[in-house]
Amino acid sequence: MDTLKRRTGAQRPRDVSVYDLRSTPLRDVNTALHQPDLEGEFAIDHPDGAHNVAVGVNAPVRVHVDGHVGYYAAGMNQQADIVIDGNAGTGVAENMMSGTVRVTGNASQSAGATAHGGLLVIEGDAAARCGISMKGVDIVVGGSIGHMSAFMAQAGRLVVRGDAGEALGDSIYEARIYVRGAVSSLGADCVKKDMRPEHHAELAELLSAAGYSDDTVEYTRYGSARNLYHFHVDNASSY
Amino acid sequence: MCGIVGLHLRTEELYPRLGELLAGMLGEMADRGADSAGIAVYGDPTWSPPGRGCVSVTDIAEAPDIGPDVAVVQVDSTYLLSADEPSEELLRRVRAGYPDALIAGFGADLAVLKGVGHPRDLSDAWGLAKAQGWQGVGHTRMATESAVTPSGCHPYTVGPQQCLVHNGSFSNHATIRRDLRRAGVSFDSANDTEVGARFVAQQLAAGRDVETALKELCATFDGFYTLLVSNRDSFAVVRDAIACKPAVIAETTDWVAMASEYRALAGLPGVESAKIWEPEPEVVYAWTR
Amino acid sequence: MSSPTDDRARLGLRESATFDRTAIAAIQRAAETGIYDIRGWGAKRALPHFDDLLFLGASMSRYPLEGYRERCGTDVVLGGRNAKHPLHLDIPVTIAGMSFGALSGPAKEALGRGASEAGTSTTTGDGGMTPEERGQSKHLVYQYLPSRYGMNPDDLRKADAIEVVLGQGAKPGGGGMLLGQKISERVAGMRTLPEGIDQRSACRHPDWTGPDDLTIKINELREITDWEKPIYVKVGATRTYYDVKLAVHAGADVVVVDGMQGGTAATQEVFIEHVGIPTLAAIPQAVQALQELGVHRAGASAATGKSNGVQLIVSGGIRNGADVAKALALGADAVAIGTAALIALGDNHPRHEDEYRKLGSAAGFYDDFQDGRDPAGISTQDPELSARFDPVEGGHRLANFLRVLTMEAQTIARACGKAHVTHLEPEDLVALTIEAAAMARVPLAGTNWIPGAGL
Repeated sequence: MDTLKRRTGAQRPRDVSVYDLRSTPLRDVNTALHQPDLEGEFAIDHPDGAHNVAVGVNAPVRVHVDGHVGYYAAGMNQQADIVIDGNAGTGVAENMMSGTVRVTGNASQSAGATAHGGLLVIEGDAAARCGISMKGVDIVVGGSIGHMSAFMAQAGRLVVRGDAGEALGDSIYEARIYVRGAVSSLGADCVKKDMRPEHHAELAELLSAAGYSDDTVEYTRYGSARNLYHFHVDNASSY
Repeated sequence: MCGIVGLHLRTEELYPRLGELLAGMLGEMADRGADSAGIAVYGDPTWSPPGRGCVSVTDIAEAPDIGPDVAVVQVDSTYLLSADEPSEELLRRVRAGYPDALIAGFGADLAVLKGVGHPRDLSDAWGLAKAQGWQGVGHTRMATESAVTPSGCHPYTVGPQQCLVHNGSFSNHATIRRDLRRAGVSFDSANDTEVGARFVAQQLAAGRDVETALKELCATFDGFYTLLVSNRDSFAVVRDAIACKPAVIAETTDWVAMASEYRALAGLPGVESAKIWEPEPEVVYAWTR
Repeated sequence: MSSPTDDRARLGLRESATFDRTAIAAIQRAAETGIYDIRGWGAKRALPHFDDLLFLGASMSRYPLEGYRERCGTDVVLGGRNAKHPLHLDIPVTIAGMSFGALSGPAKEALGRGASEAGTSTTTGDGGMTPEERGQSKHLVYQYLPSRYGMNPDDLRKADAIEVVLGQGAKPGGGGMLLGQKISERVAGMRTLPEGIDQRSACRHPDWTGPDDLTIKINELREITDWEKPIYVKVGATRTYYDVKLAVHAGADVVVVDGMQGGTAATQEVFIEHVGIPTLAAIPQAVQALQELGVHRAGASAATGKSNGVQLIVSGGIRNGADVAKALALGADAVAIGTAALIALGDNHPRHEDEYRKLGSAAGFYDDFQDGRDPAGISTQDPELSARFDPVEGGHRLANFLRVLTMEAQTIARACGKAHVTHLEPEDLVALTIEAAAMARVPLAGTNWIPGAGL
């Protein structure tokens, strides 16, 4: 896995509301981000691994978190563009509905868990269970992902520029997975699939939205074989 | 459930700060377990005088009197004993004199302190911030299925100079405990972690190295767990195959640290440029001085 | 006239207690189909339960209260510990979580209507919040389950309380189950699943495992909803003492404990009958855990006015006001009903006898809710069948039942001299069997003996 990547030396625009978590309680910061008709740009400094940073935002605002966060950063995000300039703990952007979350470093387990929409970009690696139970979110990972990723992935698209760990897409429903590197093993009912023109187009769009310009020909598509859609005794070993 | 912290220093300049750094890490993990806590410190000259065998004893009514050759340092409710003989020999004498006392740890250069109460309060009572040394391990506990007592606290001593801390829960340890008892192993508590610790101790006593011992544990125990096992000069981290319990490792040229959550590492000097990653399941990561 | 039993006796026929007709049918069914039996409801076998407990009514030393003028209160406040808006319910009976998907839309609407009429809450289920239920329920508890079907922050903010579900009594350790015949277009849409497939569900939450991580998750839910709503934690009854302690440590404002008699719409028969413990055995464990932590029925702080307590809701086989009163006497703050609520709506009603026969069952025996062919129109997605069910009439029936439960509990409480139903206490109870005495931790009637006490 890679070392931490961070943007350094970026100039902060003047109109940004800045909160320092070393001196302002998280409750106050989240309260401010929950104000009705919220507008503008926000910066959160010194998270120092705090949990639940910028959760439940529901406004078309920009939030820049400068440092590493703990669990559930940007949880249940709606509409906001949130950047975590550091690493993210378990469950970053979990249950996101819309908007964008970008992690410049690595993400821990369950990144984008059960999210319904929006775009989650992880520039580094994501750990185990990336995209678990995803329900429509798009996730683009610049590096590699850990084991049990896309477990029970129901809908949405997962793009991985690096490798994928064991049991990719176990029990997958209708989500689509594109991997450029190696896949350690596929989970139950997850199979390699052909890349047709519409898949190349979809993948190119996702990569571009995340800021990458890879040739889609380098990727392989994975999805459900749909053999587990109805309980049958012949599938007993899969359960 | 719990929080684990571990710090292994690579540069002597940081030895005087070991306790201060470990106290900070332990305090951050108090939210994960506020019932009780335990620490193991390697190399504090007051707690474990160099060149002497050491035994940490707690859950005892008064200061143990083993003999005039045994020095006793009291730290809150723990008595740190040292003598000019191998630790195993001192341990034998302590057990003979005080069969009901709880042996928190034994081994040269090792002091183990455990207590019931909030981790920050315990840290203060121990004067942890002033401790020195090259390696420290800590644990904050939210008791799952067993009682909150000193015997339920981690770290568990698995052999001379060896300690084990655990986050998670085993689910088939009752049977393994029975097997170990039949093999002559005795237990201090009903805690699932102690079963893991005694299992590793038995493996090590049979001549296997830490990596093999931990691989055997992974093959034998069911459950979700992150384990940190320390020795005088090394520490090792392993997670189970499913790896639901958290673990973060950070490494610089000056130190290697491990914790359940990143925020426990956030105060370490130089962490901004540390290599930070999460251990893969069933892979043993080990560092030696 | 001789009965079949007499005839068999005369012929010397004796049924095996081990391989009885039920066991024989189960083995033959397994051999024919090759798949485990799936059904609804909770544990059907006889278990130590509330019927094994009796109240000690008024006597020379205890005086009863008159009805009407001499008050016997029934209200309860849930979740006062941390939330800005605790739930104030008029009665100590709530409606347990049951999913839209398992139940029809009209059935969920009826539950909302009836509960609101009686001044209590309903709970969503493993499929999300429907507008019908939110529209009808005065107090709505929103479940947060491993599957996270339909979970979204807009509904979270619309809820009056949030219930983090670890498990339920019928299947502690099992996830939701909904078969293809009930995954209609609407259900599929809410759950983000293809229509008509058999749903596979997670049994663990996707982004936390264990009470140390649950602590962080509960904080997340509080932060998202600005600390407005009580957070409940629900467990199926297994290692209840430890579970309740850990739930409180993790931050629960209310703990819900569901015994093995608790129902489900669908799961494996072996799960229902053989995993989890009876409700009676779970309640004293839960109460002991709360007492040891100093949060059981803990009153309001003089300084803040906020309650220090963590409330206990018990479910799993609550059928009548006596069950309600006994659960409260053992230490619950409220109970939840699921199966009983559906029966009040019309489930297993004798008027559907002919239809039950056509399905190979009979009124009073029907448990194949997973099939979606419920003649009462309650646990089905079939439009024709669910049209048979009138949600307005159903709501009234439920409200009637809730009122009867409450009045029965009050009758008992008054007879024991209590001015509030939650003033009932374990000392008001005795047990009829040794097992019930041991599990409920009350003495065997006529003795001072509580088996196992002091161990």
